[in-house]
Amino acid sequence: MSDARPVTFRGGGFRPTARRGTGIVVFVLLIAVIEWGTRAGWISNLTLPRPSDVARTFVDLWNTGLLFQHLVPSLTRLVVGGAMGITAGILVGVMIGLFSYARAGLVPLVAAIFPIPKIALLPLFVIWFGIDEGSKYALIALGTFTPTVVATYGAVDNVDRTLIRMGQSFGLSWMSIVRKIVLPGSLPGILSGMRVSVAIGIILLVAAEMLGAEYGVGAYILQAGALYDLERLFAGVVILSVLGVLTSWMIGQAEKRLLRWRS
Amino acid sequence: MDLRAQNITHCYGDMVVLDDVSLEIPAGEILCIIGPSGCGKSTLLRLLGGLEQPSDGQVLQLGAPPHGCLNPLTYVFQDFALLPWRTVEGNVSLVLEDHGLERHAADAIIDDVLTRTKLYDFKAALPRQLSGGMKQRVAIARALAVNPAVMLLDEPLSALDAQTRELLMDDLIALWTRQPFTGVYVTHNLAEAVRLGHRIAVLSRRPGRVRDVIKVPFALGDRRAGLPEMDAIQTRLWEMMRDEALAADQELADV
Repeated sequence: MSDARPVTFRGGGFRPTARRGTGIVVFVLLIAVIEWGTRAGWISNLTLPRPSDVARTFVDLWNTGLLFQHLVPSLTRLVVGGAMGITAGILVGVMIGLFSYARAGLVPLVAAIFPIPKIALLPLFVIWFGIDEGSKYALIALGTFTPTVVATYGAVDNVDRTLIRMGQSFGLSWMSIVRKIVLPGSLPGILSGMRVSVAIGIILLVAAEMLGAEYGVGAYILQAGALYDLERLFAGVVILSVLGVLTSWMIGQAEKRLLRWRS
Repeated sequence: MDLRAQNITHCYGDMVVLDDVSLEIPAGEILCIIGPSGCGKSTLLRLLGGLEQPSDGQVLQLGAPPHGCLNPLTYVFQDFALLPWRTVEGNVSLVLEDHGLERHAADAIIDDVLTRTKLYDFKAALPRQLSGGMKQRVAIARALAVNPAVMLLDEPLSALDAQTRELLMDDLIALWTRQPFTGVYVTHNLAEAVRLGHRIAVLSRRPGRVRDVIKVPFALGDRRAGLPEMDAIQTRLWEMMRDEALAADQELADV
């Protein structure tokens, strides 16, 4: 045939690829537009603070040492409360995954606790655990507990049953099957559940510092908010955002290290 | 040690999958079980190794398992069932860890079975790095490590391509020739059955009954693909199964 035409390519697409730096460009652009808008005046000072002012506030925080005065108690609350909630959540989640009675008894309970706004319980926690650190730990622990439970028992349910059958067929003990097959097999699901739990922990940090906290990023934001001091409010919010990105990155590193066996 | 299935009947709810199946598996022989899809041959294998309980009838072990046997009834699964987070060596060592072996004894077993399955150089590889054929060889090495009395192979080559299947069949024959093992080999591939089976049990479609048990009168090592006598046996098996396979194919699954 004389009219030979090349076949047109129509595959491709629908496959996200890594695009380095795009995220940063979006950030920078957005901040630049806001800076320009507040300087030019088409964004009023009451709508959004000027990014450079927020940055200056942040530098002040750093210079006066107030940053760490706020950050250290907040981080302690996040780490202690989060560790308690996540540890208990993994334990209960594994139990639900392994024992039918635990599942029948605890799944409805977890479903009942999950949607409660934990902030609503803060006064109760203050009575139970005191106005000091106890109530703050409890609030963050409870907030991280429920999503961890749900993620963990889902992960245990998703462990390949043929692997468990294999373990049984070789006469492995129950303990060995749990330790060597069920737990490593559910680790990917548990880790991705932790991303959600930690983010919720950071959200609750602000709520936990509503009562009886002089220092803390949450207390700082609340004070600024009460005074409509937008620069300080945004500086505090940026700290929380950075904290979120940082913890997410840490979990990503843990995944890379612990789940090297995945393709 | 011999294995005997005695009048096994098995039902899932109202559906009878196996009906009065009796089979003998004498030591040192490989029994192949073939049948149309859905005839309950994999169920039968699970019953033989105690992974499921028959509704009626029983499976008997006759005689003592050989010396040094850690797990008398040992499976090789179709989908390999390797732990993806353990290396080749780790997957084999998994089945030895619960037996309180001394370290050097376990290491010696691992080295031995990995050498026998030609995997010694891949000790440290993870399953995701291995081809399908290699993964199944790891599973076979793992089964050999516990020195089983009876190997229960559930369509071990079905997930592999034709060339790999040929190679692994040769490997299995070589393993058997070096050290005869007792085996029950479930497959839907007649060529595999004729190559590897000392006897071949043909099951009917659901409910599975034993239609016939055929002896293959050649030594395992002498068999080659395309030998006229073996083709004759394969043709005979196919004729026995064709109508059943056709009927099984046209059955609705959810009755």
